[in-house]
Amino acid sequence: MTARDTDWDGVRLHVVTGKGGTGKTTVAGALALALAGRGRKVLLLEVEGRQGIARLFDSPPLPYAERKIAIGQGGNGDPGTPGGDVYALAIDPEGALLDYLQMFYGMRSAGRALTRVGLIDFASAIAPGLSDVLVTGKATEATRRRSGSGYAYDAVVMDAPPTGRIGRFLNVTSEVSDLAKVGPIRSHADTVSNVIRSPQTAVHFTCTLEEMPVQETLDGIAELRAIKGIQVGGVFVNMARPALLPRDQLQSPPDQDVLAHALKGAGLPEPGQLAADLAIELAEHASRVGLQDRERADLDAPGQPVYELPLITEGIDLAALHRLAAELRNQGAA
Amino acid sequence: MATPPLLEVDRIIDDRRTRIIVCCGSGGVGKTTTAAAIGLRAAERGRQVCVLTVDPARRLAQSMGLSSLDNTPRRIEGIQPGGGSLHAMMLDMKRTFDEIVEAHADPARAAQILANPFYQSLSSSFAGTQEYMAMEKLGQLRRSDEWDLIVVDTPPSRSALDFLDAPERLGRFLDGRLIRVLTAPVKASRPFGKVVNAGLTLMTGALTKILGGQLLRDAQTFITAFDTMFGGFRERADATYKLLQAPGTAFLVVAAPEQDALREAAYFVERLGEERMPLAGLILNRVHRIPSTQLSAARALAAAENLEAAQTLESAQGLQAAQGLQAAQTLEAEGNAVAVAALRLHAERMTLIEREQRVAAGFTSSHPAVPVMEIPALPEDVHDLDGLRRLTSTDRLQSPR
Repeated sequence: MTARDTDWDGVRLHVVTGKGGTGKTTVAGALALALAGRGRKVLLLEVEGRQGIARLFDSPPLPYAERKIAIGQGGNGDPGTPGGDVYALAIDPEGALLDYLQMFYGMRSAGRALTRVGLIDFASAIAPGLSDVLVTGKATEATRRRSGSGYAYDAVVMDAPPTGRIGRFLNVTSEVSDLAKVGPIRSHADTVSNVIRSPQTAVHFTCTLEEMPVQETLDGIAELRAIKGIQVGGVFVNMARPALLPRDQLQSPPDQDVLAHALKGAGLPEPGQLAADLAIELAEHASRVGLQDRERADLDAPGQPVYELPLITEGIDLAALHRLAAELRNQGAA
Repeated sequence: MATPPLLEVDRIIDDRRTRIIVCCGSGGVGKTTTAAAIGLRAAERGRQVCVLTVDPARRLAQSMGLSSLDNTPRRIEGIQPGGGSLHAMMLDMKRTFDEIVEAHADPARAAQILANPFYQSLSSSFAGTQEYMAMEKLGQLRRSDEWDLIVVDTPPSRSALDFLDAPERLGRFLDGRLIRVLTAPVKASRPFGKVVNAGLTLMTGALTKILGGQLLRDAQTFITAFDTMFGGFRERADATYKLLQAPGTAFLVVAAPEQDALREAAYFVERLGEERMPLAGLILNRVHRIPSTQLSAARALAAAENLEAAQTLESAQGLQAAQGLQAAQTLEAEGNAVAVAALRLHAERMTLIEREQRVAAGFTSSHPAVPVMEIPALPEDVHDLDGLRRLTSTDRLQSPR
């Protein structure tokens, strides 16, 4: 088994953010599958309680437990190489708090009793950011967990909160330090922060080639770059639509008579009307391609690696997810 | 396929009794833009409109010709004359919270509260604060009576439901019994002795472990200071809640024609029903349309493949026929290439449209009574008032699929 060079070789915690509606969960799932080649074990984390991962992989709702959800493809198209396993876990603040109490104070059962009287709600209300610390804490714990001589997971992929919230979500120390100057939660936050602000963690952005998502991505990159120690990862362009004709041909509207003639040759009825209708569709396509090109140039500006995933018109199923994963590997993202 | 009743937005905005329109839905479906477009349309149909957005992005401001929005309603220029006007503002939740404190406490006490670390966190990052303050601001705008229609979009919450739950949660939290019991040591005068039992000791013990003692003390100080000057957070939450239930309010659920967005929309529709909130209908945003759907995806693809096969054959023959293609043949080859691209594009669009229709039909079959309006996708993003106008222009809405 030889290690292949990828863009994120030293990274073990991949945080995937993005504007709502850009397919963050899909990209996180595809990345997890892509990373799970060559017998590697990957954990895919959900943190917002939407059960989006379960739906993506067509599995029953995820409990608060790590469970195997998919098998990655063999390395580099070689069918002889075994694929790795993708595990998934839906983290909820309550479960994470119980873990925390157990881990540091050995008080799991007391914790359970406290959940029943609504303490978790209360604790997260009294300390804004507490639930973020607990959730990121669980993610970093999974990242650092040892098994035998190595790590329990070769990589952890987090389907993280959207771009608008990601800075606050990851900036756990400052979030908590205003509140808790000393004390157990503070030291927990510091531990979490050390993992997040290390070269083992990268924050990736999911984006579509439209103005608002691109603007939000650029703003998000700038925001994270300003937080010391956080490594900005790749930009994953999702749902890109390939140009169906060379750019120069798209620029001028087609000759409708010539188009009608070709359609007639293909045996299609009412070629004249069809040519007119298709010309409108082509014009819209041309303007979309032009817009995409402009947005792509903007996304290149910050200098982060950019990967591009095609729009899958039929909708995303497991086969489509594997296709996207293969795409990511070909482009060097995993 | 069942056809849902048509959602007539014009009837809602023309009805003077409509005083509040709430645009809600999951993130990334175009809520903010839709809210702005509806506000603009209402203003140009004679209403005095204020659009309240919670979206921190500059895009709404820019599309309305302002460099940025702030916590004060700003007048939007360029409205077509018709007696109406348009203002827009963006919720600054900390500012709004501060204003409540300043309005309800004497300067010394206000300063004390504003400086409290617990207050600072609560006002800038507690998950429910934004929703609560949005409701507070909505109530203020409504009470001011300067506008006869307020259009508000909901915060980009984890789930659309947070919008309804969070104000109540914050209210419950600040008014809650638990916080009262826990803050008891500060209010030494109150006879809490009986309540303090083993369970409570365990609870405060655990809380101190989790949060640290200093944090708990900050919270206690804050609650005490806040409580005396401004009781009844929950009452205020209840009042806004009732305002939303009132007949002058119309909820518009916004969704993109995608499975996840429509699933959230369905939850929301059901939830509004449970809470007896007045749902006006569903806006299906960014629906793809093409001039004609006569030619199916399968036939278009088949025709494209035929053309390609014929082209390959011809060029092979062309090579055999020694010297080059004649001009007419070149032209034909180019025509064929364009036709192949156009047919493939058409097939892709048809697949997309069919999928959109399928998910929309899924929504309608489980919620047949919910009126639906479709807003066609624009090939380009919205930049200005004209772009906003185009979104809801009637000829686009009524064009057949």
